[in-house]
Amino acid sequence: MQAQVEKVRAQKRARHPDFLHAILVVTAFALPVIATLSLYALLNGSVDSIQAFGFGFLTSSKWIPNPPNGGPPILGALPAMYGSVVTTLIALLIAVPISLGIALFQSELAPGKLRLPSIFLVELLAAVPSVVYGLWGILFLVPFMSSNVDPWLVGSLGFLPIFSGETNGLGMLTAGVILAIMIIPYGAAVMREVVTAVPRAQREACIALGGTKWETMRMAVIPYASTGIIAAVVLAMGRAIGETMAVTMVIGNVARITPSLFLPAETIPSVIANEFTEVAGNGIYLAALFELALILFAIVFVMNLLGRLLITRLAFHGKAAHDV
Amino acid sequence: MIRMSSKNNKRNIGIVALVVVIIAAVAGGYYFSTMSSSSTTSMMPVTSTMPSETSVMTESSIMTSASMSETSMASMTSSQSSWQPTVAVQVLAAGATFPQPLIQKWTVTYNQIYPQVTISYSGIGSGGGIQQITAKTVDFGASDAPLSNAQLAAAPGLTLFPETLGGVAITYNLAAFGIPSSTVLNFTSSVIAGIYMGTIQKWNDPALVALNPGAPLPDAHITVVHRSDGSGTTFAFTNFLSVTNPNWASQVGFSTSVTWPVDTVAGATGVGGKGNPGVAGAVKNTNGAIGYVDLIYAIQNNLGVGAVQNAAGNWIVPSIQTVLWAAQNATGTPNPADLRLHIVNAQGPQSYPIATYTYLLVYRDMSANPNTDLAKAQAIAHFFWWAIHDGQQYAPALDYVPLPANVVAADEQLLMTLNYQGTPLLP
Repeated sequence: MQAQVEKVRAQKRARHPDFLHAILVVTAFALPVIATLSLYALLNGSVDSIQAFGFGFLTSSKWIPNPPNGGPPILGALPAMYGSVVTTLIALLIAVPISLGIALFQSELAPGKLRLPSIFLVELLAAVPSVVYGLWGILFLVPFMSSNVDPWLVGSLGFLPIFSGETNGLGMLTAGVILAIMIIPYGAAVMREVVTAVPRAQREACIALGGTKWETMRMAVIPYASTGIIAAVVLAMGRAIGETMAVTMVIGNVARITPSLFLPAETIPSVIANEFTEVAGNGIYLAALFELALILFAIVFVMNLLGRLLITRLAFHGKAAHDV
Repeated sequence: MIRMSSKNNKRNIGIVALVVVIIAAVAGGYYFSTMSSSSTTSMMPVTSTMPSETSVMTESSIMTSASMSETSMASMTSSQSSWQPTVAVQVLAAGATFPQPLIQKWTVTYNQIYPQVTISYSGIGSGGGIQQITAKTVDFGASDAPLSNAQLAAAPGLTLFPETLGGVAITYNLAAFGIPSSTVLNFTSSVIAGIYMGTIQKWNDPALVALNPGAPLPDAHITVVHRSDGSGTTFAFTNFLSVTNPNWASQVGFSTSVTWPVDTVAGATGVGGKGNPGVAGAVKNTNGAIGYVDLIYAIQNNLGVGAVQNAAGNWIVPSIQTVLWAAQNATGTPNPADLRLHIVNAQGPQSYPIATYTYLLVYRDMSANPNTDLAKAQAIAHFFWWAIHDGQQYAPALDYVPLPANVVAADEQLLMTLNYQGTPLLP
């Protein structure tokens, strides 16, 4: 009887895999295919721009889509690339320590009653649509930065070129702050998972050696979870550099490379969002926007690749250290 | 400890949902209380009630101009009313955001009169409208700026005609310096150009003080706000500066988006805002800021606006009336063969100098668009005719400026040439 049941089950198992197999293969290949197709579409769209500007597109800081003399547009991606990198760096500088703090609190320190509400509140931040962040940015954060934070920074650190110049709240610093708030929940969620996954034995060993709570976190938990933490940073970075709506609303949208974080600038997504709707009938201009998207695609791709490499390398080290 | 019970889970989801609703309500309430509710223009056609025929005509001269155009073409209008749709048609249209509330008002009202005709208009921007009508994916398009010759050449057979017009207002924020928004400051073309070129960087610049002897202009930095997205507003604004200021014409020119000198001049601060709300928000938040917005947006949000010197040398505050005067006094008779009209810096003692028409785009032979069949073409032509006549009465209530009679007459001549494989669509 038992054998009979086993046999039927085995037959079922044998039949199902074929069907399941097909679905899984299709879904597994669907995403790479879509990514390749969109890469092809971007390349195809940007051919005119690549031919017209060549490599100079990446190094020119001029952005003149409609020259007054009616000549061809003169376009360069450098200001947008600069703005994207700077705002993302500001966001990471603010968000990574806070995310790590949140993750450690939620996994190591929070009493049971506080833990779940804290997790829900942080994850709530991730559910807020970016345009809502943008509205909040315009209505609250920009006036707050211009009347409180910026003057204070000018007063105390004004000798640094990054904190000089006129302040009006619209600029890279505000954009970086809003991005930080947007990526904190992503960073915190992933970091909490990896920190929670650190084996109990790891902590107990440290405590057994007389480590305090802080020493346990610093010497036993964080090093063990470092690969996951870096993965979280990469994930957050990808989200920050591609963010469009909230940044467009607070960054001031000016094609300019300036050391001052107070001054308006632009990012690659904000340029595309601003200019794409009015670009018709102007082949090279449209192609240049496609090329900007291509550059963004490339930047995110390289960042993810670097993150992956870092993770695999660190994973080896971590494992080796663990085994010893 | 890590796993939570399903009961706990449910309770927490309930709490989260409650928090979300509360946050949404508070944020929404705050937003609508700061920006007046009418600023959400896309919702206006839905929320605004049908204006009764009498309440619409508030200003007597608008009444005159509208009734003039109606009476002059009364016979033709009546001959049009004999048309009745025989089959249900779905018309697709897309384009500029500026005329969107008016066009949506038209499509809704038209659908009430002719229930078989459904017209859906998406405000995706002028560029998008031009792109889609060129690609023949919509039945008609709309654009704030007149199409360039190159754009027209890219879409053989495409024609365009004005359907409404609007002004561009200069707005500023000097409340922190003792100048409330109700104080009307005076501007000339050369001062505006100086500010947007970064040569005038302080509010107490001698050029500004000379224009406003009574106002206590402060020694404050000017934050110069412009549109970051391409727009017909920028087109009208830069068109005015180009027409009146040779320096501007040679260094910046005019277009739906230009490269603003103030952004890169040392010491000056240029800021780009997305859409009218972006510009108005940046001006509102920044002491000493100046910007330009659609007149309709300034009126609906009670923004303080400046007076601009017109061609006759008078200081004119923008209003529906002064923009209409500009349109009526614009030099020359519109030529139906090319209805790309420029009305910046118009003649006339009371004409407001920064104004522009906004256009509908359609193929003269509508069969050029494979998506447009004969029934659709007839409905579109009839809708256009209705919009430039009966439709104009809805403009003032939505703060648009109705077309002057000479432009309606020119539009009529153009609409009479619309055809389907050579057969005229309007009798």
